[in-house]
Amino acid sequence: MQMSCTAEHEEVLVSPSPSTTQSASASAAAATSALRTVDLTKDFRGFTAVNAVNLDVAQGTVHALVGPNGAGKTTLFNLLTGFLTPTSGQILLRGKDIAGQQPEQIAHLGVARSFQITSLFEQMTLIEHLELALASPTGLGYRFWSSRKRLGQFKARAMELLSQVGLADRAGVTAGSLAYGQKRALEIALAIANDPELLLLDEPTAGMGLEDVDRTIDLVKQVSDGRSVVFVDHNMHVVGSLADRVTVLQSGEVLAEGTYDEVRKDEKVITAYLGETGDTHE
Amino acid sequence: MSAQLTDTARVQTAASSGPERRVNPFLRAGLLLLALLVVLALPWYIYPPVAMDILAWGLFAISVDLLLGFTGLLSFGHAAFWGMSAYTTGYIATQAGVPFYVAVLGGAVAAMVIAVPTGYLAVRRTGIYFAMVTLAFAQMLYFIANQASAITGGENGLQGIPKTFFGIDQVETDSFYFYYAALPLILLGAFIAWRTVSSPFGRVLLAIRDNPARARALGYDVERYKIMVFVISAGIAGLAGGVFSVSHGFASLQELAWQTSGKVVLITVLGGIGTLWGGPLGAAVVVLLEDQLASSGFEGIGIITGSIFILIVLLFRKGIWGTVADLVTRLRSRGGRNA
Repeated sequence: MQMSCTAEHEEVLVSPSPSTTQSASASAAAATSALRTVDLTKDFRGFTAVNAVNLDVAQGTVHALVGPNGAGKTTLFNLLTGFLTPTSGQILLRGKDIAGQQPEQIAHLGVARSFQITSLFEQMTLIEHLELALASPTGLGYRFWSSRKRLGQFKARAMELLSQVGLADRAGVTAGSLAYGQKRALEIALAIANDPELLLLDEPTAGMGLEDVDRTIDLVKQVSDGRSVVFVDHNMHVVGSLADRVTVLQSGEVLAEGTYDEVRKDEKVITAYLGETGDTHE
Repeated sequence: MSAQLTDTARVQTAASSGPERRVNPFLRAGLLLLALLVVLALPWYIYPPVAMDILAWGLFAISVDLLLGFTGLLSFGHAAFWGMSAYTTGYIATQAGVPFYVAVLGGAVAAMVIAVPTGYLAVRRTGIYFAMVTLAFAQMLYFIANQASAITGGENGLQGIPKTFFGIDQVETDSFYFYYAALPLILLGAFIAWRTVSSPFGRVLLAIRDNPARARALGYDVERYKIMVFVISAGIAGLAGGVFSVSHGFASLQELAWQTSGKVVLITVLGGIGTLWGGPLGAAVVVLLEDQLASSGFEGIGIITGSIFILIVLLFRKGIWGTVADLVTRLRSRGGRNA
């Protein structure tokens, strides 16, 4: 029993970090990878938040990042979206290194993200949020001499997106007056507005009640159709229902990677989780 | 049930949205007309140079509001643009003898030109650091102006700026007519500010003000937007500063001093930020108060304006305009519920 377990996660551990095969497989992996990181590292004045992480998100898959608090999940997210600059390593988006690019540049490369803490424009109405998101790639935002009525050209598409996330009847209210679950749904609508190839969702179900969690799972399933998704979540029910692959992080390093069923049986993962928050494992 | 929900939402919207939006269009048109009438009538009731000061400071405050109220940037060095334009306008007017419109527009362009590097450096910082960078830049300009006395007149300032205006004597000699001649420049500045905030660009500015990280994640180059609005704001401040210097007939170091930057922030906050209306209101209060106190021979003007500022900040956090607009909204929604 003890032996087989060790063997199993050795196998798991070997796959994400074989430095010898990297160069050989780089071109091959680029063809099928939506996103790949090579020895991605972020060092905050001596504290290494993300340490030599090799992540490979296959095209069209849903990939979960899990791990105890402080494992480096959000730092990794911020690296992938340009909000932080890596200390070293590469971030390959469809084979092209995007490390060091600004968030707005990465957004225009077809990468969209949502935020862990609900991050909206409280004073704006829902429709205005989506108009703003949809206007972003058009450059309309620079037109300080035009009427803001020009943003109305995105109204139809904005309404479509709102109905997709179940918020059509709230189009005219300000984001500040939404219930929590609705705010999270608006986050997702904003993230998918420009039809990104890669969608990064930082804790889409954080702080939700059970009912909202299931609704969000359905929503993420629906929006992940035809695109690659990376998400962070503490809720194992969410991870189990959505993820094709799971990467477990601990102390900034990849602890294990595999399917949900593989990873949950991994002894190192169990230990890591029992050490922190035992009951989230189930 | 759903009808009830929508109703609640509507009430919340009215209460939570800024007064610059979702105002009844008739009310807005009425206010605009009233404001225009007040502006046109002003020099009949107030000593014209003082009326001109109110408009110049009011436009200056609008330029600060564009940054503070609509983008969330506190510039503590806006005297740089007001002063740069005051000197440039004065220099053009004295040297070239062109109509003062040309001089003022030249001053505004000069203000925008120096705003490019200032903005470029300042927008990399936020909050107090942004304020410090702008202040440092304004101070630098102050000392340069002090040293370059061959052009600026140093301590004496640039004197004898003519109000050249197509040979029309009344405008060039009578401050009452000059007021109306300069008015279009002020209205141009106010129009540019209004156009900016009610454009798609203005919508992005609000997004940046409320949540810069989210704006970036949506693909908006926040720094570039901030530089753009900074330069637009500097141009508007330049129009105001240029008109001010022509109106007074001189440009002095005072125009570049940090006290001027402080005063315009005070006026803007006093009037109410994020409204554009606030600036001119605040300017009217401060300029009239200073005029009254000065003519009564009272020395400690700063003490009075300072105390009023403290009171307003403590009691009416949204400034004069914001407080009035809130009251009106509250009264109307109460009336609606009773009816």
